[in-house]
Amino acid sequence: MAKTPLDEIRSSQVWRSIFRHGYPDTERNRTLAALSNIFLHLHPVRVRKSGLGVRYTWCMGGLTFFLFLVETITGILLMFYYRPTGDAAYNDIAALRDHVPLGVMRELHRWGAHAMVVSVWLHMFRVFLTGSYKPPREFNWCVGVILLVLTLLLSFTGYLLPWDQLAIWAITVGSNMARATPFLGHEGPGASALSVHGLPLIHSSDDARFGLLAGPLVGEGALLRFYVLHCILIPFVASILMAVHFWRVRKDGGISGPM
Amino acid sequence: MLSLLLAEGHGGGLIPAPVRSAIDRLCDPQYFLPLFFVAFVAGLVFYRKWTQPKVAGGIALAALAGFGLALTNHNFLEIVERPDNIPIVGMLGLVAFFTWYSLRLAAVNDERIEKGEGPIEKTGSNDRVLVWPDLVFSEFIALILCTVLLVVWAIAVKAPLEDPANPFKTPNPSKAPWYFLGLQEMLVYYDPWLAGVVLPGLIIVGLCAAPYIDFNPKGNGYYTFKERRFAISAFLFGFLNLWVVMVLIGTFLRGPNWNVFGPFEKWDVHKVVVLNNVNLSEGFWIGWLKTGFPAWFGASPANGSLAQAGNVIARELPGLVLVLLYLAVPPPVLASTVMKGFYKRMGFIRFNLLVFLMLSMMCLPIKMILRWTLNLKYLVAMPEWFLNI
Ligand code: HEM
Repeated sequence: MAKTPLDEIRSSQVWRSIFRHGYPDTERNRTLAALSNIFLHLHPVRVRKSGLGVRYTWCMGGLTFFLFLVETITGILLMFYYRPTGDAAYNDIAALRDHVPLGVMRELHRWGAHAMVVSVWLHMFRVFLTGSYKPPREFNWCVGVILLVLTLLLSFTGYLLPWDQLAIWAITVGSNMARATPFLGHEGPGASALSVHGLPLIHSSDDARFGLLAGPLVGEGALLRFYVLHCILIPFVASILMAVHFWRVRKDGGISGPM
Repeated sequence: MLSLLLAEGHGGGLIPAPVRSAIDRLCDPQYFLPLFFVAFVAGLVFYRKWTQPKVAGGIALAALAGFGLALTNHNFLEIVERPDNIPIVGMLGLVAFFTWYSLRLAAVNDERIEKGEGPIEKTGSNDRVLVWPDLVFSEFIALILCTVLLVVWAIAVKAPLEDPANPFKTPNPSKAPWYFLGLQEMLVYYDPWLAGVVLPGLIIVGLCAAPYIDFNPKGNGYYTFKERRFAISAFLFGFLNLWVVMVLIGTFLRGPNWNVFGPFEKWDVHKVVVLNNVNLSEGFWIGWLKTGFPAWFGASPANGSLAQAGNVIARELPGLVLVLLYLAVPPPVLASTVMKGFYKRMGFIRFNLLVFLMLSMMCLPIKMILRWTLNLKYLVAMPEWFLNI
């Protein structure tokens, strides 16, 4: 049989340096396909048939992760065009709308974020209804709860960045809660108890909301703070926790199933 | 564009006006939430009946038809069509679908378990299949579908951008991002320190505690309702009744000044709603005993701040006692009566944690009912210390 050009490529030194197994149509090569690829090796080589796929998991955890990747990629592209300052932020977003023909990056990023919030809820819903938080997966459920909170916070911090009316007032409403934090908010119960010689320690200019917003109101300080939280800190923490989450799914015996 | 096609000319739409105003009235939370709760309980009790594909399909078709008809109304369309509200409509559809789907799978499994066949997940549960190609393939399909959906969505709906930020111009209503609207809706009943800080904190704590509280070894790794009635009912109650539906109310039914507007009602900034809510202490000392607030520690403010504090506490004593009783009485009572079995198997700490979390969850519906029936504002009103309950 004559060698086709494809075979030539497949047997070249370059190809074989990248893919260390033959075409995955035998058991051995399929095993190697999963094992020798860093991305696929998030999976085990074999999974329980019942845990496979759409009927049981609804693919919701996987979709959440996928949406996180979409957000990362579109977010990086948006960062090329966006400056988090009071003068520039709004105009940069408006320019994306007005000067980029067929531009959909902002749309992809915004709708992807909404979708991720929904998919993470549904993932939790499925995990609860299959009882998959029961031993030995209790801890991974807790990691998941933190991921849920981080997902909401990611979306919340991003909401401010367009710096339009929708943005600052939504964040104002949301962050106003912080001033009512017990003891730490200047309108929170117990805050007046924290005083030295009758001088209160907690004011509107040093309470929990101030810490969140870098000021008593949603202003430019809050914009920078939310930008850094949104683009660096929360994604960083979330990535680490996702690694823990996936690792634990495997270490806890793979996707849950009846004993 | 859609709004132009459909609503220009006859803004009222295809649903007759009397029906519309009846729906508007029923959408007031004080009717809507109890009605939803009744439907919820019925849904759990009859989970094997309504989840059958034919019945559920009928319900879904009816709901879709109703939604379609409602879209012909100008006011309804206007709120549903907002770019940021589209995902919420989608979310509601998905939550409804997956609630049905999981209960359907549970119903099928429960029947199999009764026949001694074991859950579907068990058949061939020891069969292991290779990740490549079986899992990678379905992941790939899911990924493609999701990408297509997202791209179509992004092309079809522009991301909103309103006027530049202006700290001096407050929009009315000002709304938090949609996934926090359940919390904002809670502000109607509780002050921010509870609705925005303590209760959300307890949701997180409660979720994390769930695996350690739920001592039932059954139902691990397959869909079932019968084997986990308590856990699933509690979770679904929290998720559907107290979270999703509250988001729905906050998004679609709250307009200017956070007043309630029916789905077909125009958002009128000047709508006046008379608020005559009273505090428990007012009702107790003034309405019932007719003595006025107590001044046990001296009547004049000159008596110093300690005396004043004493008076505040005396004034709020009825509410404080009620709140303390609410937290302290149920645990021992439940432990020695209806939940005796729970207490035995869970031990002191876990049992008390469970009851505390359940009580915290129930404090929202309880306050709602008190508000609707007795016009109660605060059980404990200590604005002096920002401590209102
Ligand atoms: C950013 C958010 C999250 C991502 C990317 C994520 C991803 C995943 C993935 C890919 C799986 C594999 C099975 C599946 O797809 O269902 C999984 C399993 C699991 N997740 Fe998540 N998850 C997230 C949030 C959560 C949340 C909020 C919870 C619960 C509160 C949770 C609890 C679990 C548990 C207990 C498992 C094991 C399920 C089993 O073995 O059946 N995760 N997660």
